[in-house]
Parts: sequence; C-alpha cells; structure tokens
Amino acid sequence: MTIADTTTADTTADTTAAGDTAAGAPALHFAGVRKRFRDGTVALTDTDLTIRPGEFVSIVGPSGCGKSTLLRIASGLDEATTGTVDVASKNVGYVFQDATLLPWRNVHDNVRLFAELEHLGSAERGRRVADAISLVGLGGFEKHLPHELSGGMRMRTSLARSLVLDPSIFLFDEPFGALDEITRERLNDELLRMFMLRRFAALFITHSVAEAVFLSTRVVVMSGRPGRVKADLAVPFDYPRSPQLRYSAEFAALCGEVSQHLRSES
Amino acid sequence: MSVTVSSVVETDAAAGAAPAAPPTGAAPTGPRPRRRGGSLVSLVLLPGVVFAVFVGLWYAVSDGVLNDQQRFMLPPPHEVVRIGFLDWSNFTTMMSALRLTCEVTFAGLAISIVIGVGVAVAMSQATWIENSLYPWAVVIQTVPVLALTPVLSFFFGFALTSRIIVCVIISFFPIVSNTLFGLQSVDRGMHELFSLHHTGRLTRLWKLQLPAALPSMFTGFRNAAGLSVIGAIVGEFFFKQGEPGLGTNLSVFTSRLEGERLWATTLTASLLGVAVFVFFGWLSRRVVGRWYQPKRG
Repeated sequence: MTIADTTTADTTADTTAAGDTAAGAPALHFAGVRKRFRDGTVALTDTDLTIRPGEFVSIVGPSGCGKSTLLRIASGLDEATTGTVDVASKNVGYVFQDATLLPWRNVHDNVRLFAELEHLGSAERGRRVADAISLVGLGGFEKHLPHELSGGMRMRTSLARSLVLDPSIFLFDEPFGALDEITRERLNDELLRMFMLRRFAALFITHSVAEAVFLSTRVVVMSGRPGRVKADLAVPFDYPRSPQLRYSAEFAALCGEVSQHLRSES
Repeated sequence: MSVTVSSVVETDAAAGAAPAAPPTGAAPTGPRPRRRGGSLVSLVLLPGVVFAVFVGLWYAVSDGVLNDQQRFMLPPPHEVVRIGFLDWSNFTTMMSALRLTCEVTFAGLAISIVIGVGVAVAMSQATWIENSLYPWAVVIQTVPVLALTPVLSFFFGFALTSRIIVCVIISFFPIVSNTLFGLQSVDRGMHELFSLHHTGRLTRLWKLQLPAALPSMFTGFRNAAGLSVIGAIVGEFFFKQGEPGLGTNLSVFTSRLEGERLWATTLTASLLGVAVFVFFGWLSRRVVGRWYQPKRG
C-alpha cells in the first residue's frame, strides 16, 4: 500500500468518522493502479477508482479480472506494481471470501481476535465484542465452535470480528458468494443495516449483479483480464432499502443495465 | 544371542517409524476417525480372529517346527504365561523392571518433546535455521545407536543417564518433523488475518501457528511415544549398570536361554508401547478433538 501523503490521510480520517458524505477527501483512492504478478500475468491495468466516505461501492466483473487484487492492494496484503493507492484511515476492515475463523476458538473468542491483535483494553474489548456479536445476531452462540455453525453464521462471525474495530473503511471480498440465495439476501439486508448504523465506506466485490445493485450507492463494472474500470453507475435508491426493492421495476432495469455493461466487449 | 532381541526391536521400530517418516504429501492423520471400520462386532471380532490365528501359528511353530532342543527359542504360549507371568517371583522381578523402563521412557519422551518442539519452532522462524538443523535431525534419527554407545558411556556412564539419552535419540525425530510440518502448513488466509494487523512473530506463533499445529504435534508425540519405549529398552540393553529394566532383562534371559521369561518380557514391553501410544491418542482427542476432525478417507 502506498500512502502518498500521511498528513492529508489523517485529516480525512476525521471527516470519515464524522460521516461527512458530501465533500471531503476520498476514503479510498486508486490512481493508475497496475498489478503485474511475478509470473508475468497482468491482473490490473490503469485502474482509477475513488470511494468517498459513506459510499458503498460494489465491483462486478468476470472471474480473474483482478477484483480481489484491488482489495488486497487496498489492504496492504499486496503492492501495486505502478500507481498509487491512498487509504484515508488505518482502520480498515477486511472480510474474506472464506470466513477464515480459527477452528479452535469459539464464536466469542474469534470475534475478539482483532481486538486482541490491536491491543484494546480488556473492558473496552469485552464491550465491543458483545456489541458486535449482538449486531450480527449471534447472541446465544458465543460458545459455539466454527464447525458447529452454518456457513451463514460463520460469515456473521467473520463480519463481527471486523466490526469490533469499528472500521471507517470496509473491504468485502465476495463474502456471501458461497451462501445459498436466501441466506445471502438476509445477510445483505443486515449488512445494509450495519452500513446505516456505522456509516463506513465500503468496497464490495461480488459476482451477483442483484447483490451489487441492492447494496450499493455505486456499481463499478470491470473488464476481463487485465482488469480495468469499464463502467461506473450510480444507484439512485434511498437508504434504508427494503427487501421489496428487489422486486421493483427500477431495480430490474438497473440490474439489466449493469449486466449489459458486463457483457459488452469494449 | 542378540538375534532374538534385535528382531523384537526391529518389529516395533518398523511399526512405530513408518508413520513417523517426514510427512510429505500425506497430512498427519491425528486422532483416527472412530467410525472407520463400521460395527462394534467387526472392530472386536476381526482383531480377535487375527489374534487367534497368531496364537495358532505360534503353537504350530513351537510344537511343529522346533524340536525339543530348539523349543526354548519359542516356547508355547501357555508356558510363557505360566512361567513368565503367573510365577510370583518372576512376576515381581518383571514389574520392578517395568517400573524402571517406564521411568526411562517418560523421562526420555519428556525431554524429546521439549527439545523436539523447541527445535521445530526455531526452524519455523527462519529458513536458514531449518536448512542448518533439519539434515542433522535426520542424521540423529538414522545413526546406528550401537555406534554411539562407547561415546555415550564415556561421557555419561553405563547407567540411567545414558539410557535416557538413547531413548531421546530414538524418539525425538517424529516430534521435530510433525511439529515443523504443523507450524508450516497453517492456512494462508489465516496468516493474512494476522498480517492485516501487523502482528509480530511471537503473537503469530502463540495465537496462530502453535494451536494450528497441535493436531500434527500430537501425531508426532504419539509416534514418539511408541519409539520412546523402544529407545528405553535399547538403552537398557546397552547400558546395564544399576537397576535392571525390561531391556536389561531381555539381554539376561537371552543369554540364559530362558525363552519363557524372554517372551513374557517382550510381550510386556510391547504392551507398554501400546499403552503409551493409546494414551497419547486419548490425550490428543481430549485436547484437539473438540475442534479438529480429521478428514476421513
């Protein structure tokens, strides 16, 4: 991760916390990002993308178009070959494709992990863990081990683990991709509830056009490998969004438009 | 003279060492899935049938193949039981030897676990440490203990200390290899969880790698447990000063041609090996069985 200017980064963090959505510096900014792997594959090319505080941006695109790479670069797990990435806050949540829970820790202790790694005080930790667990609706399951949970519950645990740190930027790498349709829709509703409550900036990767449109303020369509931004569509629906939105004509029309961009060759 | 005894040792060593070979493709098995074989009948009946066949073969060799002058090499099972186990004075001698062998086994195994885990943790921290030490861990495993006996006796005498050292030499490799394997095969995604928060080595080791490695560590402990019994007996066989252990007695009975007591001692030694092996299987299920379910297949 390249943080070009740390001083501006810090001031932006404040704005983010205040939930200023209108103006202010971006929460996350990619400029001319290109990623070439050691084996020569170019995953990303000339990618420019800006996410403002309070925005929920989804990325859809064909498999292998470098969507995940973009997140890995934003989180610092990978570095861009060229280009710059500005991340306004150090407090970034990252939700992986798999729940990646530690199998020997129960729900409560898994949720506590990041709080431990960031050395939060134990009273503060206890309060935040309890909050996060009840926010994702896992109250009563604190003592369960990951293998005793359903896929949806494992993903809730994973969400709670990141929520504990109350991140101002949230990166989601296809978190609900492996879940069945009903569980996925329910988790979408709940994710929006958390988004309303915590007002983080979100970058969300998905294969599902409907999921992208339902969740986001903007949907970004990426091209096939090497990936770059092909289209950037605003989603006009107001929050809070009711589950019924999915059955409206406007929703279907927008999904159609996104799909069209996905299929188009340019 | 040592033919009989070394064959005992070899058989056990082969059984113990096979799964202890450096894990390559196959993951350590950990505690076995219990439903593997099916019904209770087949789990009890089939081994029982094998046991009956084994005893039958024993009688066949003892009575059919060997003549009266040779029978001391493999006396029939009932004689082994009568003289070796049911004779009170022989039995008490054996029990005190068993106690001593247990002491050597447990001391050796404990030292192996401490050194083995320590060495594996060191290796997991840097490739250069792994590259420097691993070949020598293999060498210690493969060096014939017989060749070391003069050196060991020079430094540590002919008694308990040397026995324990032999036990350590024989048992520590599977602990190193399995622990290292466990520490190194932690899921990449889990490592990234810790990387996201810029976690230091020690925290990563303590909160991620060691707990994740526990199942394969227990596989190593279990294999080492079997080997440590062999190690104790081999140690006692070479270093006979002080109180006799099972290994000492094996050597004595061999030279006196006391076949019945020799076989009784051999069986006791095997049972001790099985007991520690089973104990570690149980301990492993207690510690990691709650969250670790080995894949069946």
